[in-house]
Amino acid sequence: MLTTPIYLDNNATTPMDPRVLEAMLPYFTQKFGNAASRNHPFGWVAEEAVDYAREQVAKLIGASEKEIIFTSGATESDNLAIKGVYEMYKDKGNHIITLTTEHKAVLDTCKHLEKLGAQVTYLEVESDGLLDLQKLEAAMTPQTILVSVMYGNNEIGVIQPIKEISAIAHKHGALFFSDATQAVGKIPVNVNEDGIDLMAFTGHKMYGPKGVGALYVRRKNPRVKVTSQMDGGGHERGMRSGTLNVPGIVGFGKACELCQLEMEQDAKRLSALRDKLENSLIELEESYVNGNKQNRLPHTTNISFKYVEGEGLMMAMKDMAVSSGSACTSASLEPSYVLKNLGLSDDLAHSSIRFGLGRFTTEEEVDFAIENTKKAVNHLRELSPLWEMFKEGIDLDSIEWAEH
Amino acid sequence: MAYSDKVIDHYSNPRNVGTLDKSKKNVGTGLVGAPECGDVMRLQIEVDENNIITDAKFKTFGCGSAIASSSLATEWLKGKSIDDAITIDNMDIVEELALPPVKIHCSVLAEDAIKSAINDYRVKNGLPALELEKSHH
Repeated sequence: MLTTPIYLDNNATTPMDPRVLEAMLPYFTQKFGNAASRNHPFGWVAEEAVDYAREQVAKLIGASEKEIIFTSGATESDNLAIKGVYEMYKDKGNHIITLTTEHKAVLDTCKHLEKLGAQVTYLEVESDGLLDLQKLEAAMTPQTILVSVMYGNNEIGVIQPIKEISAIAHKHGALFFSDATQAVGKIPVNVNEDGIDLMAFTGHKMYGPKGVGALYVRRKNPRVKVTSQMDGGGHERGMRSGTLNVPGIVGFGKACELCQLEMEQDAKRLSALRDKLENSLIELEESYVNGNKQNRLPHTTNISFKYVEGEGLMMAMKDMAVSSGSACTSASLEPSYVLKNLGLSDDLAHSSIRFGLGRFTTEEEVDFAIENTKKAVNHLRELSPLWEMFKEGIDLDSIEWAEH
Repeated sequence: MAYSDKVIDHYSNPRNVGTLDKSKKNVGTGLVGAPECGDVMRLQIEVDENNIITDAKFKTFGCGSAIASSSLATEWLKGKSIDDAITIDNMDIVEELALPPVKIHCSVLAEDAIKSAINDYRVKNGLPALELEKSHH
């Protein structure tokens, strides 16, 4: 039996795996100790649980447990990595390189540092969302201390050539940071093979709890340090003070362990379902997949349905939770900056829908999504003056629209 | 953000969707908005010899509130004289549909579409176009 509404917005957040919840529960009540209480069993039990989770998290990304700093989530990890590196290494140089398609947690952090004297280069991506390595090479200077490039994009799912990017950063003596929020737990990520010096990721995108994430900070070749952004009791090797969120960390650890065990089969199943969804939907006239289709997260697709507006479309796709690049609700009325940076026109960006499948997505749900989406697109095209004009062969670019 | 029941009603059962023959002298057409901005409304009125709007049709590219605003506008237009119709204010639409502040621009667009359709009709029929206060976006 299909239960509605169905959830296809797993890039926003994932439901927690019941096995994760089960692992967490004792740490709210019986095992409530402060992991920093070194002098009694309540503290020891909590500390032991945190240590175990730290190993589970480290193992998933091929790191050592000493290289994991627990935080409140990916936004905090992004802030700690970029601000922390800038503060620690600014005597060496003040230049940071990142992409225009990064998450706001990276872009706004960089903008903040610009006010403090940092020089930031925002590289544009190609029309498929991938970074041209030659552009990175050309942007590197002796002052470059950090290259920050996301692993997989949250809107279009495109996976950047991380190994090649980190190699270029290292060749020029810069550190490499990756916001891997969407990638960790979905595809194999190994900090050593990928040459990553710092990496942000979070529990709630991988079937773990919200409010807990991690920053990976390399300890060897090179030993990386970040200036703490939260001062206090000196937790997390002095890089992030604050009483540890023990139940959250336990859940995050369990989520990582499950991803490690099940990632391969999940990815295989989800990419098949994603392809089915995508191939069926692009049968609709004037629909386009956004971003590179080869180097892409297995569970994500982003499609523009020309001549219908995304928010209106989501309303018509009853009983389905997805997300849109249309920004009809935002005060600025600006559509997705990620899609615009691929060179999409504003109207195509307004017409985009992101589908994010997840561990609990079934084939039945995908079939429902296909039917429902097709129906909604066709319905809204019947209402669309632009569709009518297109069908009459009128060139929409020839019309002088009143910009408002 | 949840939609009001009236928005959902107009969105799910839009009134007066369609196209009138714009070449006819007694049909006025207003096409407002822009695809880049995420909303385009086309509103058409058919007017009889007594300047009464006998029919109104719309098609809209936009969000649910934009579709509902234009659907409501066509309902209100039918049976009104063009002089009464020109007085429809976007805030009437906001109130009727309980639009939140971020959706006020949808009602503004509907008001623009009404005025633009009426002016198109007036010009076609030798009446001077009315000076309209510039919309506030």
